[in-house]
Amino acid sequence: MKAEQKTYVVANHVLSPMASGTAAHVDAMLLGETGVRFSHRQEYHGQGVCASLFSAEDWKELHTRFPGDWSPFELLLLGSLTEVLKQAPVDLADPRTLLLVASTKGNIGLLEPSTTDPEAVSSLSASASKVGRHFGYHAEPIVVSNACISGMTALLVAKRLMDSGLYDQAVVTGADCISPFIIAGFRSFQALSDEPCRPFDLNRKGINLGEAAASMVLAKLQVDGPGPAGTAGLVYLAAGSTSNDANHISGPSRTGEEMAQAIMAAMENAGLEPRDIGFIAAHGTATPYNDEMESKAFTQAALQNVPAFSLKAYFGHTLGAAGLLESAISVEALKRGLILASRGYEEHGVSMPVIIAKEHYQQPGMQHFLKTGSGFGGCNAALIFSKNN
Amino acid sequence: MSHTQQLYINAACRIGNNQAWKDGQLFFEQAGVPGDEFMVGLYRKLNLQYPKWYKMDRLSKLGVLAAEIVLGMGVNLNCQPGEKAIVLANSHSSLDTDARFVSQMEEIPSPAVFVYTLPNIVSGEISIRHCFKGEQAFFVSSRPDMEFLYSYVRAIFADGRTRVCLMGWADILGEQFNATLYRVSADSDDSVHSMEFNTQNLYQYFYHEQGAVS
Repeated sequence: MKAEQKTYVVANHVLSPMASGTAAHVDAMLLGETGVRFSHRQEYHGQGVCASLFSAEDWKELHTRFPGDWSPFELLLLGSLTEVLKQAPVDLADPRTLLLVASTKGNIGLLEPSTTDPEAVSSLSASASKVGRHFGYHAEPIVVSNACISGMTALLVAKRLMDSGLYDQAVVTGADCISPFIIAGFRSFQALSDEPCRPFDLNRKGINLGEAAASMVLAKLQVDGPGPAGTAGLVYLAAGSTSNDANHISGPSRTGEEMAQAIMAAMENAGLEPRDIGFIAAHGTATPYNDEMESKAFTQAALQNVPAFSLKAYFGHTLGAAGLLESAISVEALKRGLILASRGYEEHGVSMPVIIAKEHYQQPGMQHFLKTGSGFGGCNAALIFSKNN
Repeated sequence: MSHTQQLYINAACRIGNNQAWKDGQLFFEQAGVPGDEFMVGLYRKLNLQYPKWYKMDRLSKLGVLAAEIVLGMGVNLNCQPGEKAIVLANSHSSLDTDARFVSQMEEIPSPAVFVYTLPNIVSGEISIRHCFKGEQAFFVSSRPDMEFLYSYVRAIFADGRTRVCLMGWADILGEQFNATLYRVSADSDDSVHSMEFNTQNLYQYFYHEQGAVS
């Protein structure tokens, strides 16, 4: 029999205004903390914004740690990558190592009306290459820019290329910064909430935006035979799938059918039934349409009885980093046998009777969780992470 | 499906330098006019009759025209929406529209422009037009990385659900534009233009002035 080769999550890291480190975030969340707050900032023309944003001191500290000519987006990548590589010192010069960078808007905050060469200030691939060189990476990093499922897509691309036998390990990182560009855009859609967001709640008013970086190191560990010592309790990326609504470029599907299709494809590839799923880490942006669509998709995939939560009221919507960040936090929750509270949820506000977790609680025996995400362009993604017994 | 399954390029198109190629044939040419005018000319030549096209940003306009050449004009893919995948890449992301949105920010920013400030919207527009509901991904790289795109498209087919994949390059910034798309499947007899799906053929078609798929 062929030796088992799962795609293990051997290290992960989250950097947000709340904390640095995945476990540190979960600890803070259990203590009732959140990174989302209302603030008046000069760069947003004095208009208030309710979001999870790094402070001037945070940026100063990152600049001090990484001297040189780095953009804010690059600093976030450096901050998270440096920490994750301390946990799992992968050799990025090894051609069997893959480096992937996920971002929705990267350096867009540097683009100004007077900019004559937009490529020079905001190129995603140039930033990724610069960061790759810093860590001695052997090639140009692969950059995924697929709206708000960029982070999830990057994880899936890494797994598929490793399954193809092209790489033994992958470092997947992602970040997004919030700039006047992003605020103006979401505001033009009237999609922003001016108070802490309330995913799946009856009184949800829209999105809080958030800044963050997150990283994961995935590795094929050679494991002979079942139940080996050393991999007990380790979490692996079991399967994933993406889909497109083919319906509208800025609004989610009204039926949730295509999100459900991605979920069911991922569960089938993982060989799992709905009862196997311990919890769902939903996209849950707190817009009326997204949460409604997700509730329909979970129901179509027969997951309406699986506890679900959204992490957006802790981190805001961290755009291209969201899928990676929320996967990392959920991996930590799975390891601890923990279902996290869907902060902001009080009164049920979607048409399907899905179960949204109101409190943090222990749920022993969980082995698998589902992560979902959706984005502009009609894209959907579903990933399944599993834990070794 | 396995990682060694034979795949074929059933159709290809290349739009750039004010020319549009369908497989190995020059399909349309309008020299000496701005890119926008050329695209309107190609739209008319294709007899698209898709009024939404005029409301799209320039990247989506370009991608939808290119997709029409390899997917439209009477092509019957004979598979389910969830079996149709789209994997695209470019070097300038959505910068062409990003710059437009930045210039609006001091006044009243338009949601109709903001929605196009993402590179994968072109995939969404093509998906709507041709009912593609399967796997999708968008990548940004300084140059076309056909080795990577080839590997990823193969990996998607190996997953088992995908039967047709539209893949390739769609890039625009100012007057520089290039859309080179390939329709890939496991069917070899779908068209007389079919050729083996490999990186050499992908590069050859991308860079060959006369068109290698013939």
